[in-house]
Amino acid sequence: MESYKLTHLRELEAESMYVLREVAAQFENPVLLFSGGKDSILVTHLARKAFWPAKIPFPLMHIDTGHNFDETIEFRDKLVEKIGARLIVASVQESIDKGRVVEEKGVNASRNALQITPLLDAIEEHKFDCAMGGARRDEEKARAKERFFSHRDDFGQWDPKNQRPELWNIFNGKKKMGEHFRVFPISNWTEMDVWQYILLEDIDIPNLYFTHMRKCFERDGTLLAHADFMQLKDSEEVKEMQVRFRTIGDLTCTGATLSSASTLEDIIDEVAATRVTERGGRSDDKRSEAAMEDRKKQGYF
Amino acid sequence: MTNEQTIEKYDSKGYLDMELLRFTTAGSVDDGKSTLIGRLLYDSKSIFEDQMEAIQAVSDRKGDEHVNLALLTDGLRAEREQGITIDVAYRYFATPKRKFIIADTPGHIQYTRNMVTGASTANLAIILVDARNGVIEQTKRHAYIASLLQIPHVVVCVNKMDLVDFSEKEYEKVRHDFEDFSAKLAIKDVRFVPISALLGDNVVDRSKNMDWYQGPTLMHNLETVHIGSDQNHIDSRFPVQYVVRPMTTEYHDYRGYAGRVAGGIFRKGEEVSVLPSGFTSRIKSIDTMNGPIEKAFPPMSVTITLEDDIDISRGDMIVKVNNQPEAKQEFDVMVCWLDDKSMQLGGKYALKHTSRDARCIIKDVKYKMNINTMTKIEDDNNIGLNDIARITIRTTVPIFLDSYRKNRNTGSMVLIDEATNNTVGACMIV
Repeated sequence: MESYKLTHLRELEAESMYVLREVAAQFENPVLLFSGGKDSILVTHLARKAFWPAKIPFPLMHIDTGHNFDETIEFRDKLVEKIGARLIVASVQESIDKGRVVEEKGVNASRNALQITPLLDAIEEHKFDCAMGGARRDEEKARAKERFFSHRDDFGQWDPKNQRPELWNIFNGKKKMGEHFRVFPISNWTEMDVWQYILLEDIDIPNLYFTHMRKCFERDGTLLAHADFMQLKDSEEVKEMQVRFRTIGDLTCTGATLSSASTLEDIIDEVAATRVTERGGRSDDKRSEAAMEDRKKQGYF
Repeated sequence: MTNEQTIEKYDSKGYLDMELLRFTTAGSVDDGKSTLIGRLLYDSKSIFEDQMEAIQAVSDRKGDEHVNLALLTDGLRAEREQGITIDVAYRYFATPKRKFIIADTPGHIQYTRNMVTGASTANLAIILVDARNGVIEQTKRHAYIASLLQIPHVVVCVNKMDLVDFSEKEYEKVRHDFEDFSAKLAIKDVRFVPISALLGDNVVDRSKNMDWYQGPTLMHNLETVHIGSDQNHIDSRFPVQYVVRPMTTEYHDYRGYAGRVAGGIFRKGEEVSVLPSGFTSRIKSIDTMNGPIEKAFPPMSVTITLEDDIDISRGDMIVKVNNQPEAKQEFDVMVCWLDDKSMQLGGKYALKHTSRDARCIIKDVKYKMNINTMTKIEDDNNIGLNDIARITIRTTVPIFLDSYRKNRNTGSMVLIDEATNNTVGACMIV
């Protein structure tokens, strides 16, 4: 008898492609938020598959905090050129210069929370009615209740108590003027799924995910990469270490892990054995137990 | 090692070749549902150290005796403060055999809508029963919803066995009572497991306190239940989601129909009909970015091209010539109402069915279900939040439908309030 079964990775792939196609069909002007991290690279890959042999029918947008890893920008530009996508860059520095946001002060200053304003400004400026992101429900408690299609009011806010029920695979993207949606095509993927799929599909990712030597220092139990704009406390000492990153975001708050994983296979073994969540290395989530929920309500992706 | 070699190695380890099981959990308040999920995550080693430290700290602060595993799944701040789960939350874990997605839904009477939501995508439902209380009204309601939503497999967990001295008699009583009333329902596969979520008996590890129980643990059930036949592989249905037109030099005349197979099997070269036009053609290719394939089945997302140039757009459906869904404008559905504002008899709503959008009017209420007694109420037209009823609707355009029992993808639809855009009704075609 023939087998009509899909593996978990192929089933997740089919679900995500379905969601991406629903976005293209239900919205007039969607955009894909691209951070340069593996999750947004995965969504971009799935979008290519969903519309192949046509190009991705929406632009990519990078919210640039100005505190990037150089490798991320290089990778982003190469990828965009390879797949022929349109790239929009919204800059936190510009928002600071315009006086739209005020830079945080002190050693723990991060531009992570400042991304909300340029994001919402860009959505308004380009009249985007849907912003897709690579968030996953397994990342964090507040995300476990997020819908695939998440409705935002005209202030870009998320109301956890007033989310539309999502049944079967029917997605309701109806909205009023000024409102928009956040859509999360890889909601049901776990960190392990993402790595297994990157291996299965041979997807290019930035070298930051593999082991390398880097100048780092320790703060509150997290290893942070050193860069010129990082302020050090007196007690902190910069050392050359063998590290890799499990997530890639704003440099100021993305923790490195000591690792010698040099291949995807090593990374999968490491993820399988690891005892700390991915976001465990993100100092922005540590600020309070409900940190993520607060940022989401304000419009963080 | 090349990528292919690595993939081969991991395939042999089983990492890349797992099945996905989606299940939902239902229980009344204090049946220990969050504790059970916490236990499954904990015993399958899916909890990370930082998560464990966080809940340990909260438990200590509150002065709890055990580490409160329920804290792992109570996500939003409002819930943590009130100590109850108020919405559907999704959880993930994997064992070497399968990957699991849990739709964790609350059991309060006012949250039928959440259970229906969680149940809509599930292959399996866990229904928790407190061994001390036995089968109560809420248990019946959960079983009814599992049956209404056609969840293929149900596992009844008789929980808190530690509080009834691990008594076989108490377990058998629950089992007997449940079987007695569920005979009236359309549940195909029911299993029973006596457990203690708090202590871990028969959840992942076999109980040392219940020698009289020879059946599999809950985890063994979850890992081995046969889900290969849960999809409809007979009645071929392909709702067109999006038309792919590259308009490049290489693919100048390419016109592909992108969608997810909703039922049956489509093969290259087969004759198909396109609804609503009724034109027939043959499948020229089934395309993916990884190359063309010979056959597509649910739940695959593919792009189909046809031999003939037919005008097809989103909302159309590709089917087999000799096996077609009914095209109807007036039909009955079972509706679960999801909104605070009651259903308006004679009111107009937007409707979504597969990739098709339409409008409809509520023509008639046949009966409302009393889901506690499972009796029909024939003279009550007020359908409010969490009510379940059989209604007749009339649509603006023909809908290509199957009964929900035959196909959960083409037998389901949602109603949308046109003033608020909220999803207000979940419908199952009778």
